[in-house]
Amino acid sequence: MALTIPDALYHQLRGHGEVTYPHECCGVLIGEFNETGGKTVKAVVPCGNTRTDSPANRYHIDPVELVHIQRDAMLAGRDIVGFYHSHPDHPALWSTMDLAEAHWIGCSYVITSIENGRAILTNSFQLLGPEENKHFDDEQVEIIEQ
Amino acid sequence: MSIKVLIPTPLRPYAGKQSTIEVSGQTVGEALNDLVVKQPDLHKHLFSEDRKLRSFVNVYLNDEDIRYLSKNATVVKESDTITIVPSVAGGR
Repeated sequence: MALTIPDALYHQLRGHGEVTYPHECCGVLIGEFNETGGKTVKAVVPCGNTRTDSPANRYHIDPVELVHIQRDAMLAGRDIVGFYHSHPDHPALWSTMDLAEAHWIGCSYVITSIENGRAILTNSFQLLGPEENKHFDDEQVEIIEQ
Repeated sequence: MSIKVLIPTPLRPYAGKQSTIEVSGQTVGEALNDLVVKQPDLHKHLFSEDRKLRSFVNVYLNDEDIRYLSKNATVVKESDTITIVPSVAGGR
């Protein structure tokens, strides 16, 4: 299974992390779940990071933003398939807190490491459940030209 | 009264794979009760053992968080939409 993303959207989410550096960025991936279990990203929606108390190492998306994004996606016949955020001056690996705060079982959590303001590595992890026994699995990112 | 509940992607496997479910009730609490009567598998994903909403589950009536309205006692009307959104956060 893989997360398939057009190159323009891939660069968009990485660029978001460069713009917000040294703070974490965050956003939503809109797309489709494939019959094979993979996902295809059709749109990237940048969100604000409400963790203004500690934006360099925390992120949180305002739920009302999620309400609007989910509603718009469903009206367009699409779904929320994942989320992205950045790790300023930190590896593109999920943290204990990332896992504890992740609740969208089956969705992708994409993390980009940003070093000195430049996007370095982008990894994706699929959240598998149930909630009481959830874990992240490495997920292949397939970048397609469009 | 029939109102619409939008189901987020992680909960659809427990809701008959539906993204939208019509429920009935005069309040948000009654509507959520009807939801879990119609889709019993949703119950443990929405509520803790003390029957309160799980801490990471946000419930919105249209654009308003029910925690800032009258919670479960919030009155609903025919054109309303209830949206369930698990929280999205993290850190290192």
